[in-house]
Amino acid sequence: MKAFIHIKEISKHFGDFVAVDNVDLKIAQGELFSILGGSGCGKTTLLRMLAGFEIPTSGSIEIDGTDITHQAPYDRPVNMMFQSYAIFPHMSVSKNISYGLRKDRVAKKEIAKRVDEILELVQLTELKDRKPDQLSGGQRQRVALARALIKRPKVLLLDEPLAALDKKLRERTQFELVNIQEELGITFVVVTHDQEEAMTLSDRMAVMDSGQFQQIGTPKEIYEFPHNRFVADFIGTINIFDGIVTAVDDDRISVYSDEAGETLTALGKQLVDVGQQIDIAVRPEKIFIGKEKPDDANDVCIEGTVHDLGYLGNRSLYRIKLSSGKIVQVSSQNRRRSVTRFLDWEDKVWISWKPRSAVVLLDK
Amino acid sequence: MRRRSRFILSALAFGYAFLYIPLISVVIYSFNDSSLSAVWGGFSTRWYSELFRNTQVLDALFLSVKIAVTSATLATILGTMAGLALARFGRFKGRTFFSGMISSPMVMPEVITGLSLLLLFVTLQQLTGWPGQRGFSTITIAHTTFSMAYVAIIVQSRLVAMDESLEEAAMDLGGRPLRVVFDITLPLIAPAMIAGWLLAFTLSLDDLVIASFVSGPGSTTLPMLIFSKVKLGVSPDINALASIIIAAVSLGVVVAWIAMRRNAKPS
Repeated sequence: MKAFIHIKEISKHFGDFVAVDNVDLKIAQGELFSILGGSGCGKTTLLRMLAGFEIPTSGSIEIDGTDITHQAPYDRPVNMMFQSYAIFPHMSVSKNISYGLRKDRVAKKEIAKRVDEILELVQLTELKDRKPDQLSGGQRQRVALARALIKRPKVLLLDEPLAALDKKLRERTQFELVNIQEELGITFVVVTHDQEEAMTLSDRMAVMDSGQFQQIGTPKEIYEFPHNRFVADFIGTINIFDGIVTAVDDDRISVYSDEAGETLTALGKQLVDVGQQIDIAVRPEKIFIGKEKPDDANDVCIEGTVHDLGYLGNRSLYRIKLSSGKIVQVSSQNRRRSVTRFLDWEDKVWISWKPRSAVVLLDK
Repeated sequence: MRRRSRFILSALAFGYAFLYIPLISVVIYSFNDSSLSAVWGGFSTRWYSELFRNTQVLDALFLSVKIAVTSATLATILGTMAGLALARFGRFKGRTFFSGMISSPMVMPEVITGLSLLLLFVTLQQLTGWPGQRGFSTITIAHTTFSMAYVAIIVQSRLVAMDESLEEAAMDLGGRPLRVVFDITLPLIAPAMIAGWLLAFTLSLDDLVIASFVSGPGSTTLPMLIFSKVKLGVSPDINALASIIIAAVSLGVVVAWIAMRRNAKPS
């Protein structure tokens, strides 16, 4: 992959605190890349270093082959959409949007033309003379986006672009954002703490924790093939069983877990040895639940009782208690239309999954 | 409607009476025809016309306003710069110490401020020959010194409440730091600067103590004149003057309040 943005061994220290710890990252041109992590994981600091508001303690950043590590924010071919949107309250919508071009002394005619174009793109043409305090949250978000896009930056940075919107609006805006990105072909770097946002927006994403990337990949790779326990646990819900490897075949491994009270089989190309301590992790939606023990001898089957259940409309959530006391979460689609419960509290049930559904986590 | 206790109502009435009866009586007596201040001799505006013929009073008024406008403007410029530095300089060692120091002129007794400034001006004169004569310039400098502390604090608190990403966004869009100050920061703190200017203007206009220390012969400010006249007995034209000042100050407060309210709207 040809790196359009190349972050090389970058670190940022604030006194004794290490916000970003020796991070490497390559992002391709036209990619929509998300950095996902909890608060204080260093994602915002990384973004601010890309924008030029923080100078890295060590390392360098290249964009399109140019080292921009020490360039001032106003000289960078990068624009940012702020979490608070940072719309200038004393300027009208069109003055806000044209600010960047006016600072670059672009000709008045050209400014007017480009403002009209971008207003149309974000569907704000009718509101161009409004003051920011007369706009709704969604409209403000689009003003901020238009203002950051009008200079046609090489990279657009978005800090929690959807966090300030309500749920319905957020879902709609997500798709709008992706459409605009595809139409303009600008490289987007999004920072978010919302995994759903990261999953739906991104081409690729990075999961960040304590200043380092835990995993970089497509949303699918990260969800289905997490590299370690942190990523597995951070993205979505997952059931994790501690275990010891008891046998290794060509492609399948057997792991005995006290918590499960069973030997769990999983597919593992990984190099594991007999006697090694590993974790087996299974997503709730990969687990089948039923009153009868399934026939397929290859499946992993465990008996338990319904500890808790919740009806969510499209699906139901079950918390199944195993004989060891371990609680396993199961999510099942409500395919049948019915008002009676298929399972009830304290029912004896069997949970099962295919060996290929299980994730093998090596690190402890 | 909620019933209000009689005690609270009378406390309210008493409080406001305490505040405003002296002011109201001055206004009433300014229309008194008698030349004895304490005796009512019928309605007249003759003290107002007499006042406008009294060049001594007019000169003092003119000097006071000139000093107030100049020192308020200087204090606003310096105070805004200090406020910007305190709010936007980031963390540095001794920052709390510096922001505490800025407010010390507000708590310092005026007598001490006046005395120390006088000593400074005398020393300066001996060393450099300036100021040759104390008057407009020394009073203006003295007033600027203590009123800029107020401006700095008003501006600083406004800046602290302001979203810093507004300035970052402007910089991100290509505004150089100095441009950003003029494009974004100053327009947004303008209400605080106006409020600071008005406060500095008022402080300067009614200062007697500090001005008495640093003024020289021939430069009498209005408060100094009134004070010296009262020592010889209250003449009714002073009542007229006081009424005009009350009217002007009330107008100023209303204008300032409207300006603040218009800008306090959520951004």
